[in-house]
Amino acid sequence: MAEFLSPLLNLFPEGMQPIVLILIQALLIILLLTGAVAYLTLAERKVIGYMQVRIGPNRVGPRGVLQPLADMFKLVFKEIIVPSRANKFIFLASPIIILIAALVAWAVVPFDDGWVVADVNAGLLYVLAVGAAGVYGVILAGWASNSKYALLGGMRSAAHKIAYELAMGFALVGVLMASKSLNLQEIVRAQDGSILHWYWLPLLPMFLVYFISGVAETNRAPFDIAEGESEIVAGFHVEYSGMAFAIFMLAEYANMILISALTAIMFLGGWLSPFQGTFLDAAFAWVPGIFWMFAKVAILLFLFLWFRATFPRYRYDQIMRLGWKVFIPLTILWIVVEGVAVYFKLGPWFA
Amino acid sequence: MSFVKLLFFIFTSVSVLSAFRMVTTRNPVHAALYLILTFFSTALVWLLLEAEFLSIVLILVYVGAVMVMFLFVVMMLDINTALMREGFVRFLPIGAAVAVVMIVEMSLVLGPKLFGLDIYPQPVPKPADYSNTAELGGVLYTIYVYPFEIASVILLVAMVAAIMLTLRRRPGVKYQEAAAQVKVRREDRIRIVKMPVESRVQAMNKGEGA
Repeated sequence: MAEFLSPLLNLFPEGMQPIVLILIQALLIILLLTGAVAYLTLAERKVIGYMQVRIGPNRVGPRGVLQPLADMFKLVFKEIIVPSRANKFIFLASPIIILIAALVAWAVVPFDDGWVVADVNAGLLYVLAVGAAGVYGVILAGWASNSKYALLGGMRSAAHKIAYELAMGFALVGVLMASKSLNLQEIVRAQDGSILHWYWLPLLPMFLVYFISGVAETNRAPFDIAEGESEIVAGFHVEYSGMAFAIFMLAEYANMILISALTAIMFLGGWLSPFQGTFLDAAFAWVPGIFWMFAKVAILLFLFLWFRATFPRYRYDQIMRLGWKVFIPLTILWIVVEGVAVYFKLGPWFA
Repeated sequence: MSFVKLLFFIFTSVSVLSAFRMVTTRNPVHAALYLILTFFSTALVWLLLEAEFLSIVLILVYVGAVMVMFLFVVMMLDINTALMREGFVRFLPIGAAVAVVMIVEMSLVLGPKLFGLDIYPQPVPKPADYSNTAELGGVLYTIYVYPFEIASVILLVAMVAAIMLTLRRRPGVKYQEAAAQVKVRREDRIRIVKMPVESRVQAMNKGEGA
């Protein structure tokens, strides 16, 4: 990626070049991500609309394509109301914490072979740690609002996020055992071969647990008890309005895209072509890897929207039972199975 | 001053300042937040030492899990700070004595004669393909395998003990038993009754009689 930018980089002194390069990459990712988030909200409303036999937004622009812009303008010009006796600093800082956590994880996500801002050795751990730090935004927003419903939302979310983080962590142990690396690029390279070499097959329970925990971790339906509008109005962000509220939404959708990208990297072969090892491989050799990556992310994002249109919200005790009594034992069991498979160097995956 | 040195001074001063504020602040939630900031900046200092695994695990375990639990508890407390400050003068001598002992101990251990570049030579920067995680794993599972496994078993026992100590069995609580619900078959819930078809005349007579 650095090659494209070299004429621009040469304008800067030698010592500044790496910093300028990183800034450009970060800006590119943030701009693309914001655009993706804006149109994901439109896609969500359209997809759910058609699933419920209605059309969805179609007033702003042709077929409603300018709807996200209209929403953005509305939110930017709305007043941010800070509740009386709320802790003002934490109240305004918590959406920013959530947003930072949602953005910094992208530093280690590879979009194509070598297309990554920071090629970190412990990338997998970094992603987990950053995701864990994002919990604070929700909890602190709930506490700082000085509102019963918000506090309840924050509490619920603290408990359920810890539960699903454990399941996610165990699922990633499986990926680590299979690829023998924490580096996200190495993990994708270890899945090279064909669609059957990708880790969704040998790690099928981990794949399902990781993706479902990801849905829970991003507070999406059917696990959106942090909001739970039928019980606690809108949960942790009930007191937020205007831009502060918009940042929560932005972070939620950015997290959805992040979870989809990580699932694609760890279980669906990242930028690898699905036609590898078949007779179609040569015919699709011209397609850049980043296209496959985006296609996989888009399919997983569609699943998020599909879940929301399909499933009713889980009850709180059911969420806890699913996390602690189903997912964690299942992943531990599969780690043992995988350990045996790795020991005997089974099949094409652990050879 | 190099860039790394500048970062070091920023992270260390943030961690010392936030540790200080954690002790002095009145609001328990603020104290927890300052503690989180301390962990965070300490993790960044470790990162400067090229201990990336330890640094990320510090954030993952302490910031991501332990402190969330802390906040969870602290947020639900209703602390009256006036009551807490009542015994300040009475406990001042004991507190001051403990503080003096701690300062003396730390100055004995952390004095300049035990640290410095002549005692600990500056670590050589590791090559680019150095993986802290792999190195640590290699050491933990070969040289230190017994202490490591024993420590983990002790932690496991402590965890089970903590759960057993806080486990209350309350009678009369209605839990949803998912296993029983899944096991239910049609025969347990409905009974199909076979009976002869009533003739029309009989049915009409019944209707009139009612």
